[in-house]
Amino acid sequence: MSGAGDVGPVPSGGERGGYELRVTSYELTILRLVTRNSYFVTRLRKLLIGAAAALLLAGCAESPTYMTSSGAAGSREAALGWTLTIISCAVVALVAVLLVWGLARRRESGTGVSEGREGVSWIYYGGVLMPIVVLLFAFTYSTVTLTGLHHPPGEPKVHVEVIGHRWWWEMKYLDGAPEGVFYTANELHIPVGVPVHLDLRSADVIHSFWVPKLAGKTDLAPGSENSMWIEAKEPGVYLGECAEFCGLQHAHMQFRVVAESPRQYAAWLADQRAPARVPSEPDEKRGEQVFANAPCAGCHTIRGTDAEGKVGPDLTHVGSRLTLGAGILPNTPGHMAGWIASSQAIKPGSYMPTIYLKPAELQTLVSYLQSLR
Amino acid sequence: MATTAAELPLDERLSRIWETRPGLLGALSSVDHKTIGKRYLVTAFVFLILGGVEALVMRVQLAHGALGILSPEEYDQLFTMHGVTMLFLYASPILSGFSNYLWPLMLGSRDMAYPRMNALSYWVFLLSGIFLYSSFLVGHAPDGGWFAYAPLTEELFSPGVDLDFYALGLTFLGISTTVGAVNFIVTLARTRAPGMSLNRLPIFMYGTLTVSVSILFAMPPLTVACIFLFFDRQFGTHFYQAAFGGSPMLWQHLFWIFGHPWVYIVVLPAMGMVSDIIPTFCRRPLVGYTFVALATVSTGLLGFGVWVHHMFATGLPTMTLSFFSAASTIITIPSAVAVFAWLATIWYGRPWFTASFLFMAGFVVLFVIGGVSGVMTAAVPFDWQLTDSYFVVAHLHYVLAGINVFPVIGGIYYWFPKMSGRMLSERLGKWNFWTMFVGLNVLFFPMHILGMLGMPRRVYTYPVGLGWDTWNLVETIGAFLFAVGVLLFIINVAWSRAFGDRAGVNPWNAPSLEWSIPSPPPVYNVAVIPTVASRHPLWEPELIGEQKSRIHEGPTLTDGRETMATTTLDAQPLAVLRMPGDSYWPLLLALSLAAFFYGALLGWWWLIGVGAAATFVSITGWLWPEPPAEEA
Amino acid sequence: MATATTTRSLPVGLRGKASPAFWGMALLIVNEASFFAYLLFSYFYLAAVAHGAWPPGGRPELKLAIPNTVILLVSSGTMWWAESGVRKGRMGRLKLGLLITFVLGVIFLAIQGVEYASKPFGLRADAYSSLFYTITGFHGAHVAVGLLMNLVVQVWVWRGLVTPTRRQAVTNIAWYWHFVDVVWLAVFTTLYLSPYFGLR
Repeated sequence: MSGAGDVGPVPSGGERGGYELRVTSYELTILRLVTRNSYFVTRLRKLLIGAAAALLLAGCAESPTYMTSSGAAGSREAALGWTLTIISCAVVALVAVLLVWGLARRRESGTGVSEGREGVSWIYYGGVLMPIVVLLFAFTYSTVTLTGLHHPPGEPKVHVEVIGHRWWWEMKYLDGAPEGVFYTANELHIPVGVPVHLDLRSADVIHSFWVPKLAGKTDLAPGSENSMWIEAKEPGVYLGECAEFCGLQHAHMQFRVVAESPRQYAAWLADQRAPARVPSEPDEKRGEQVFANAPCAGCHTIRGTDAEGKVGPDLTHVGSRLTLGAGILPNTPGHMAGWIASSQAIKPGSYMPTIYLKPAELQTLVSYLQSLR
Repeated sequence: MATTAAELPLDERLSRIWETRPGLLGALSSVDHKTIGKRYLVTAFVFLILGGVEALVMRVQLAHGALGILSPEEYDQLFTMHGVTMLFLYASPILSGFSNYLWPLMLGSRDMAYPRMNALSYWVFLLSGIFLYSSFLVGHAPDGGWFAYAPLTEELFSPGVDLDFYALGLTFLGISTTVGAVNFIVTLARTRAPGMSLNRLPIFMYGTLTVSVSILFAMPPLTVACIFLFFDRQFGTHFYQAAFGGSPMLWQHLFWIFGHPWVYIVVLPAMGMVSDIIPTFCRRPLVGYTFVALATVSTGLLGFGVWVHHMFATGLPTMTLSFFSAASTIITIPSAVAVFAWLATIWYGRPWFTASFLFMAGFVVLFVIGGVSGVMTAAVPFDWQLTDSYFVVAHLHYVLAGINVFPVIGGIYYWFPKMSGRMLSERLGKWNFWTMFVGLNVLFFPMHILGMLGMPRRVYTYPVGLGWDTWNLVETIGAFLFAVGVLLFIINVAWSRAFGDRAGVNPWNAPSLEWSIPSPPPVYNVAVIPTVASRHPLWEPELIGEQKSRIHEGPTLTDGRETMATTTLDAQPLAVLRMPGDSYWPLLLALSLAAFFYGALLGWWWLIGVGAAATFVSITGWLWPEPPAEEA
Repeated sequence: MATATTTRSLPVGLRGKASPAFWGMALLIVNEASFFAYLLFSYFYLAAVAHGAWPPGGRPELKLAIPNTVILLVSSGTMWWAESGVRKGRMGRLKLGLLITFVLGVIFLAIQGVEYASKPFGLRADAYSSLFYTITGFHGAHVAVGLLMNLVVQVWVWRGLVTPTRRQAVTNIAWYWHFVDVVWLAVFTTLYLSPYFGLR
């Protein structure tokens, strides 16, 4: 499985990763940065080989196209979209035929200028009547769709606040008792077949919430209280993107929507509400110490520990997530180490600083974070 | 008549009156509309090349996913300056260049109504372009996108001078645009040849007139928006800051109230050129002249009622969305009228396949593709998917490259013989057309597909494996093909300028007045002010059997720089208009304004003061009246 | 129809409302009016989306603004008086009228300055204060430009460059001055009166 935005199988339990892998100059930069440690060189070599394999598979991957939709709203938008596309192609074809025919048709010879009264009816029929008929149809269809999408098909059972940050997404699950409210990042889990209400907020500039396979986009702007609803009709992992230019790393502000069965969703919810898992292995325990001593806790929260930073994503269950760095790297130990050690090479300008750690420290830190399922 | 004492022939006398002093100093003071028009064309074309090079660099970066040729900082500056350059420094000024050069010739007039303001508008255009591009020298070009949405562009998120260049540069350029618009309106109202009533104007003039009126109402919201932004950034005001009671949406409303009319401002004159050139090469008058003229004007008017369709995804109420969706749908009808007028003109005419005509015919297809994709974005629910995706990038490039660049290049093929006295190579021209036509479609058509595949716009790179790579590579190839086409055009112009065939007075057997005078035109344009009796003065012998318009007899006006003033509606003679001569004041005023804007940019109050004082001195000196002694 | 092969019957130069000079001023006024319309649009837009009270600090004081409005309206009258003077050939009336208009304009700006000093908030307090100072500031700048025009034309009048037959400059600056007054009425109604009408 290599598609990021496609309707892939829902990852279960321990099988994770395998989202898009990228052979990039970043990886080479990482390589250079951590050459000192042969452990990492080996890891990265393996990774590069894996990435090359993934590239070969990439051709088969599906795009997050909205012309075929897995969402309740997206399907109606796609139906409208296909209708408009077909009408548009027909109009272009008509004009092209009339033009080419008009250019090529035989005429009586002569080069003089002459005035004919003919032709004005073209304007009546082609320029006025035809557009009125076509546009009236298109506008009616579009308006019916618009009003139909105003309300979700049923009462939303799930309420999430999506907060756009430069350059990552924060999801705040609002349902249940106040103590059950929790934050996660760059990943929106929703139950299939249920409308989900999203409150869209921005922490800084304007972003736009877009899951092409599920629904059209809506902006998150400071000072406005937008909301939208989405509903996935089929289980799967869907690529989400920021669609409003928001600065340097606009290109790397992605997320995943994981649509799963209500039972799986309930289990996920229960897991996420729990505080962070207490480390058991010695490596993980040392990693926890590293986390506490490094600047990490200044920005990140791990519920159940002293780390209560509010700048970056909540890491309470970071080990359970599919991706890192706002949807751009698969969440594997190797990528996580690379991300921590050279975030500025991977995502230049992001607010995650490059953290300078001894290789052994980095390794234990990754072990700890990966254990936070 | 013949009040000058000299026994010189008429053309000699007129030349002496209208000539600009030779040398650099003379050139800096020239107010000749032909000189200014050519300067506009060349300068705008240089900006087209700059914007094009920026685009090519971006296309290389995007040829495949996850390339690292450009850093995000570089990419953001490039795409912002590409947009700013193409929309502000190329698309509108190039059309001003055509209008400046052609209007007095088409009107049978000796110059524009305000020759000195004409010079001013050029100098301000040039200096504001330099102002905007000087941002590259300090490595801080604007990087917030050409529509620079607040609050991303506020100082908190964009520290440094980048966006100050943008806010001040566009305010500065707005002066040029506004001054030019006023000039066109009054020129059209006052200096038409006798008999050239409003229903005898070339459609091109309707296009420029419509956009000139639009500019008077469309530039101020941009100026207000930019001033607010600058104040927010430099003086700590809170217009766009939600936390202090401002609103980021205020920027969007102001910007798009300007922005959508602006789209029509950069296409209507170009569409007008098409409406005038197609009939020439189809050997018959335009079908439905009145409809096309009315369509042009009504597009300009309706253009003010559709701005919200750029904001469909911002969370506005459904009622608002429906209203603006309807308005955006209706505005299609005038365009459809124009398309079928062109089609019918070709159908019932006898096409003459020159390079210029090929550009016009190719344009019709591009126009329709750009038009229908616009209708698709007017359908709100589907626009929620399309907006800010590559589909919109495809749409706007079909509009700008298709509806602006194609008529512009075709227009140069058409009017270059008049401007230079030499023909462009037809053979090279046909190569030029096909490379550009194929290149444009290979470049921009796949963008529709990429949009539908979910690719967002304004990303400096994208993940591999989403099915986007191949189409992006195709686009990059198309971009270079298109660039080859532009290169062929430059070669053609450079070669033909020196070695092209002599053009003669009217190489295309065209109907309008600019083709009644020598190529290139003499400094005084017309030796006699013509009197016009029909819409096609030079086609009268063929259309109605006799030459009713009087082209070569009429008043000569040799008592100084003079032209004929006529009434606004039906162009009856009103007075002889005294025209000002060459002057340095326009250049001085433009430099003063530049000093003011650089002062504001740098926060140097002394320079702001010097600029303001010099502006006052320049305007006062410019307007200082002659002593009234000889009036008695 | 008149084909005018001869231009002897035609006057040289255009005066009054047909002249390019007047058209230029008229179009400048149209452009500037639209500039102020968008400034006021911004005011109403931010008022409409405001969460708290609008204006945040309560309704604005009128005790300086009303007399100041009267002063500006009177100055429009004196400008008209001056301009009709030159039309009738009374240069003395023109000189006196321009001078009085000038002085009234200066008083208007001075009172505006006093009002600025008495405001409890500065430019940076919030969006309302930004709007208040920016809009009145731009209007004040236009008054100042009108005063400069007035000054230059006074110089021309004293040097004999303006005569009853060459009075386009006076007409133009008079129109500009009336325009600045009309804009003030719009600004005054928006910023000072609309809060009293319950328009937020």
